[in-house]
Amino acid sequence: MTLSDSAPEDRSLAFRTDGSAHEPGDRTALRAASRQPYRRASGGRIDRSKPVHFTFDGKPVSGYAGDTVASALIANGVHFVARGFKYHRPRGILTAGSDDPAGLVQVGSHDALTDPNTRATEQEIYPGLEVFSQNAWPSLAFDVGVLNDVFHRFLPSGFYYKTFMGPPGSWMGFEKIIRAAAGLGRAPKAPDPDRYEHVNHHCEVLVVGGGPAGLSAALAAARTGARVVLCEETAELGGWLLSADPATRIDGLSPAEWIAAAEADLRAFDDVHILTRTCAYGYYAENQVNLWEKLSDHQLPADRDPALPRQRNWRVRAREVVLATGALERPLLFPGNDRPGIVTASAALTFAERYGVLVGHRIAVATNNDAGYDAACRLKAAGADIVSVIDQREAAGIGAAERASAAGISVRHGAAIVSTSGRKRIARITVRALGADGGPTGSPETLACDALAVAGGYSPNVALFSQSRGQLRYDEAIGAFVPGHSVQRERSAGASAGTFDLGACLAEGAKAGLEAALAAGFAGEAGSAPSVEDSALLAGRLDPRVVLPAARAGRTFIDVQNDVTVKDLRLAVQEGYSSVEHAKRYTTTGMGTDQGKTVNINAFAVLADKQALKLPAVGTTTFRQPYKPVTFGVMAGAHTGAHFQPRRTTPMHDWQVANGAIFETSGDWLRAWTYPRPGETPEEAVQRETRAAREAIGMLDASTLGKIDIQGADARTFLNRVYTNAWSKLAPGRCRYGLMLNEDGMVMDDGVTTCIADDHFHMTTTTGGAASVLAWLEDYLQTEWPDLDVRLTTVTEQWAVASLSGPKTPELMAALLDDLDPDPESFPFMAWKPAHIDGVPVRVFRISFTGGVSYEINVAASYSAWLWEKIMAAGAPFGITPYGTEAMHLLRAEAGFIIVGQDTDGTMTPIDLRMDKMVSQAKGDFIGKRSLSRPDTARTDRRQLVGLLTDDPATVLVEGAHVIATAEEPAPPVPMLGHVTSSYFSPTLGRSIALAVVKGGGGRMDETLHVTRPGGGTPIPVTVTEVDFLSLKDAGHA
Amino acid sequence: MFLIPCPYCGTRDQSEFAYGGQAHVARPEDPASLSDAEWAEFVFFRDNPKGLFAERWNHASGCRRWFNVLRSTASDRIYAAYEIGTPPPAIEGDGPATPSGEVVGSGNDAVKLVKTADEGTRP
Repeated sequence: MTLSDSAPEDRSLAFRTDGSAHEPGDRTALRAASRQPYRRASGGRIDRSKPVHFTFDGKPVSGYAGDTVASALIANGVHFVARGFKYHRPRGILTAGSDDPAGLVQVGSHDALTDPNTRATEQEIYPGLEVFSQNAWPSLAFDVGVLNDVFHRFLPSGFYYKTFMGPPGSWMGFEKIIRAAAGLGRAPKAPDPDRYEHVNHHCEVLVVGGGPAGLSAALAAARTGARVVLCEETAELGGWLLSADPATRIDGLSPAEWIAAAEADLRAFDDVHILTRTCAYGYYAENQVNLWEKLSDHQLPADRDPALPRQRNWRVRAREVVLATGALERPLLFPGNDRPGIVTASAALTFAERYGVLVGHRIAVATNNDAGYDAACRLKAAGADIVSVIDQREAAGIGAAERASAAGISVRHGAAIVSTSGRKRIARITVRALGADGGPTGSPETLACDALAVAGGYSPNVALFSQSRGQLRYDEAIGAFVPGHSVQRERSAGASAGTFDLGACLAEGAKAGLEAALAAGFAGEAGSAPSVEDSALLAGRLDPRVVLPAARAGRTFIDVQNDVTVKDLRLAVQEGYSSVEHAKRYTTTGMGTDQGKTVNINAFAVLADKQALKLPAVGTTTFRQPYKPVTFGVMAGAHTGAHFQPRRTTPMHDWQVANGAIFETSGDWLRAWTYPRPGETPEEAVQRETRAAREAIGMLDASTLGKIDIQGADARTFLNRVYTNAWSKLAPGRCRYGLMLNEDGMVMDDGVTTCIADDHFHMTTTTGGAASVLAWLEDYLQTEWPDLDVRLTTVTEQWAVASLSGPKTPELMAALLDDLDPDPESFPFMAWKPAHIDGVPVRVFRISFTGGVSYEINVAASYSAWLWEKIMAAGAPFGITPYGTEAMHLLRAEAGFIIVGQDTDGTMTPIDLRMDKMVSQAKGDFIGKRSLSRPDTARTDRRQLVGLLTDDPATVLVEGAHVIATAEEPAPPVPMLGHVTSSYFSPTLGRSIALAVVKGGGGRMDETLHVTRPGGGTPIPVTVTEVDFLSLKDAGHA
Repeated sequence: MFLIPCPYCGTRDQSEFAYGGQAHVARPEDPASLSDAEWAEFVFFRDNPKGLFAERWNHASGCRRWFNVLRSTASDRIYAAYEIGTPPPAIEGDGPATPSGEVVGSGNDAVKLVKTADEGTRP
């Protein structure tokens, strides 16, 4: 078994067959790995003094510092890196950048650190890097899924939809099998230990793309004094210049020298920020562009700076944006165009110039424009044999064919490839002349090659422009879409604007950079245009005709990541999916991790051809953020774990932790749920705590209740309008329970509000509703009743609350209070008084949420931890017991008090809650009043709140269970009367109790109904009762 | 995230604000005098236009003041922010429209391309 997938006659590279990992002492492997038969003798940006050893599927591979996984593998003769998504055909490396569709690999083997779907063309190599092929089992070379390829005739477009429209639910079964068979990489299994960061940044000019246009733009903008951010997706500035002919001269400098000079100039400015390995992935409203910076993905984990995050998400708000995102070369369509070893011509040049790697030793070039000739000449100069240039046009542009001939390169005009062969790497192509109608006419001619460079014309990279909501324009001359009408403050320059000439790119970049800075309010003048000597043959005179294969010519792939063929697209049109957006979804072309960067135009051309439309009439699919897949980590940033949603804790929290509380979340708060003692279950603890609050003293931390301080001359008027009951006569010193409705008449919140003075009230809300109630009140005050003299202040966190309940509480209060007689006779229910405890001012409220004798002590939050412990100490002789929220719920249910959000759900009026007395008919209008007389709200058969007692006192109903009228569950649809909202075992009553909402429940007292059991079984018989179970007990009814 | 010009604090990121639905919907002075249909119109029905829309925003993480915004729901472009109780300023149309009548920048599929007269025809 060999690592190399080149044809046997090639200078392939044998590796050890046992698959053992490379070790430094393993000389045989080292020598083999360092041979790199496709590495050029010199040239490239790689550092030949620093060999780097890594592994691919466990086998050692050598490259140099500066290589990507793709360039290192190709240097070793490996193009075959993955298997196709659907047919599991061999997949290779098509491009040299982030647009590569199918060269996806898994990086790393650690459960937490492994990264799926990484483009081999983007991952830089480092010593010890582990790379694995994806989507192949048991191995890349012998993959079982390739059977799909044999049966490809039975996997047409829309296959899933067509096959799985079977009996209901069958998709559920199929899906598991399909998910296992399809899919790309493996997701990490353990939490991500890396750190990610979000950065907000403002600048005048953001330049996206570090190529010639981007560098010129950044320089021009920086010279005006504007703050500039320049981001470049790859490791180095330079863009296409890094792949340019080294003989090119800009102001007398070689490309490398010019890039270095430009970078040095930029770095001399204080206000220029250069970000490499940084991809602008999203263009959002108001010139917000998000950048994804990878700080350490190219480094050995041990070498990564622990002070730095792994990746950063930059949210840049730029006054002006210059898009210099370059262009992407399109592949050509011909049967068998998906084999490994087929690369775009520009990628072949990038591998040769930037990485010092030849994509093959005998390269064929297929083209529909002059750029193919340029690539052929330069690849030949770099040391490759050029088999032939196959130009689908009858004639090339001026000088192109001549230059090829001068270099000794054979050219076939008016011809196209009609088939290819080679199992793991292209080995042969068959070429035929094209007739006038574009169909093959001549006799087939087979040529041997070990790589095929394809030049299908350049598509300006307009993804970000489109994301900015700019409109595209179709440019007939280049056969691609270019930026048309701008909507945001951006401009495109260089190849991304459809300009491919180097001198023009430099000039356009400088112009765009200066204009952007001027638009942002800076002053400057245009510099002189650089003199450029560049021999590059550009795409010009392109034949945008897609030479479409004849019907039986074999499979021509449009999208090699999603395995979509020309035939699939034609079938989609035939079946009615003529809209480009529909055809995309039906066939999955242009979907997946590459979003069709290289292939979309070809797909549009096929759709246009099939419908006999011009290409722009077909339109484009929508470019959406992100430009390329972004890690979840960088999206989340620091907002993970405890930082995802910060929890609020009360001042008594530490005491509660120390005393064994288990907590639940309530809104943003952590509240003590119960305090189990050693050996006690939580359920037993709740029963004990409830008994203590009934028989001795229970203490609850009620600090989380929402508290709003209401002041102003019109405070009473305001309360009258927002609560259902009347507030005109509530005297200072007294408290009152109130219900709040929405305008639709449904209960929204409840709580007790206290009159401190005629113009001063203290409102409490539910814990979860505190913020929304305050916002809602503010809304009415500011927008409906600005004439009212009322001011609202949230004081939730200023007052901590200890709620004491139980028969012995008055005695304890007498012992605690300095200056107040707590006797319930003189200090009645629903009153409040100021007082002191050890000289500390407190407010004492005679409020009860348990139905028993209760006192609520409000104290400044800073004293509350002290006070809590003081109360615990003073209460010890009385058997004081802290209780949590579950006992609180149980205690209030015994008393028949509702919890908004548990016993109500946004469809309950006060009348539905049978709290008619809470609705004042005498006072004027209040929020929601008019809705209570709407025909639907006034129905008497609405669901109403009642109590339920099971016939068997030991049976505790399940909350949410359905209430039905019959003893047996009838066949569906079951007529439902309502459902159980709260259910507990009450130690006070010695039996189970439940609250429920039941149709016409108020008129069903003592009726027997039935409650369903989850999962079926005989329904449980229950009796309808009033909700105040304590009174029922006193009356001997329960 | 777009930017919202709070009339009291200045321009801030959208994340600081809470949305409050259609503006200029006054709560009826005397709900009791309204028919059920009229009351339902106030409680349940709001406009949902594609294009210019006067809407309420609250600077929830800032000054907590409510104010009105004139925004195009098609393009997210904000034309004005003004105080509660004042009428919306008169503005000119919502930017250039395409041949299909859609607002430029609306993100609608129909207007992704600037189309010329002959491009939609068969060759």
